[in-house]
Amino acid sequence: MSEFFAMGGYGFYVWCSMGAVAVLMILEPVLLSIKHRQLIKNIKRQNRRQASRENTASQTEKS
Amino acid sequence: MLKSFLAVLKRDLLLAMRRRSDIFTVLFFFIIVVSIFPLGVGFEKAMLQQIAPGIIWVAALLASTLALERIFANDFADGTLEQMLLTPQPLGVLVFAKILAHWLLTGLPLVLIAPLAALQYHLDFSTTLTMMSVLLIGTPVLSMVGAIGAALTLGLRGGGVLISLLVLPLYIPVLVYGAGAVAASMQGGISLQPYYLLLSAFLLLALVFAPWATAASLRISVE
Amino acid sequence: MTINWFKYSSPASFYPLAGKLIPVFMVLAIVLTLGGLYWGFFQTPDVLSDQKQYYRIIFVHIASAWMAMWLYVVMVFWAVLGLIFNTRLSYMFACATAVTGAIMTALSLWTGAFWGQTSWGTWWDWDPRMTTQLILLFLYMGYIALHSAIDDNRRADRASAVLAMVGLAIVPVIYYSINCPDPNACASLHQESSMERIETNIFIAIMTTVAGFWMYCFAVILMRTRNIILQRERKSSWVARLEALK
Repeated sequence: MSEFFAMGGYGFYVWCSMGAVAVLMILEPVLLSIKHRQLIKNIKRQNRRQASRENTASQTEKS
Repeated sequence: MLKSFLAVLKRDLLLAMRRRSDIFTVLFFFIIVVSIFPLGVGFEKAMLQQIAPGIIWVAALLASTLALERIFANDFADGTLEQMLLTPQPLGVLVFAKILAHWLLTGLPLVLIAPLAALQYHLDFSTTLTMMSVLLIGTPVLSMVGAIGAALTLGLRGGGVLISLLVLPLYIPVLVYGAGAVAASMQGGISLQPYYLLLSAFLLLALVFAPWATAASLRISVE
Repeated sequence: MTINWFKYSSPASFYPLAGKLIPVFMVLAIVLTLGGLYWGFFQTPDVLSDQKQYYRIIFVHIASAWMAMWLYVVMVFWAVLGLIFNTRLSYMFACATAVTGAIMTALSLWTGAFWGQTSWGTWWDWDPRMTTQLILLFLYMGYIALHSAIDDNRRADRASAVLAMVGLAIVPVIYYSINCPDPNACASLHQESSMERIETNIFIAIMTTVAGFWMYCFAVILMRTRNIILQRERKSSWVARLEALK
């Protein structure tokens, strides 16, 4: 097993490149989905605020 | 068409002549960059000769990007540019006149001052002539390609730095063959014709496409 | 029968479609990339003796370098489509592609440095391919910088589309000039393709990894496009009616 990770003495080079690829290619979609969730949350909040404003506006009109 | 071309050219030259200091800023920037290098790398004659073509060309590149922002900035600020977009004359022609004026004011002085830089780097007479002629063919290409960048970044905050970022990578072919021609002429025994042919090809391509692309970019930026 | 080519060109109808496609591409990406790497690491012991173990780097290096170049073409394709048909979605695609392209270029430079250190004994060499890759990174950066410097979305889209087009037109010239700085010496410039001399198992591994990277890029670009759509269209009525928001 450790022989496999040693890569015939080139372990450092191989795993540094593989590691960078893995980190960036996992990080990118994760960051994107976090951003996605944030965007959805913001839009929800904005919609709710708008809805409540419309409600109060209609109530004040009635009274 | 020719009349409007000449009118724009004359106007730009006249305006620049009223503010001559702008021309000299670019020129002095070029001279300062060229003069500072030996202070950093040492005064050994052989080495200076070897690095001269690259340094003089890079200095010319930087000087020309420095001046780019001004091609359209003033006209944009006082509304002349909008008027130009509305005229019935083809915009490409007017833009070409502006680029030509810009080159006459910033590119041509660089060509004329180049012998001074050549003296500083101990270049011989024939190499100096080669350098002047490749600069003469190469600097118009820089102005034309740069004009596209200037049109795209019109009126943006920090436009000047942004232009260099966009335009410098596009200057690479001119740099490679411009500096290559000077280096080849220094070695001697190498035919310079391919360099001249390639640079002239760049110039012709830029003449055909750049004014048109610049006009399109201006329409995008001003609309 | 007439096909409505523009059916999915409106963000409102594209958004749910992309949502359905992303998991498919993601699963394909994981399967293919891991499969290709498995093949490369475990099915090639007889080819790669101990001295050549560093060869493993090539699988991700080639994949990222190819993606870097292809994505630039893809980006220009969408940008030009946007300029021609004036469709908002194509610009969003172009914009989403640029970031992934820049990441792929950075990865290819990074892995290339390790590859160079092991096989040539130097981290960086002014070799034509590496230099072109570096210039490609600058072009991506220029595109992204211009796009983010302009506040007005419409102008940003169209200005950066023009920049991308100009870049694509000049890239071959740049490549030629870097490849052959002395025009006297390369009248017959011919760069041999090294793909033909490659051993079958390594070839399979490389191609599978490349396919995996393609799928990954599809997935990530779709994700980013969805984000851009939400950002730009947050005020429109179809966004308010989305399932996810209820």
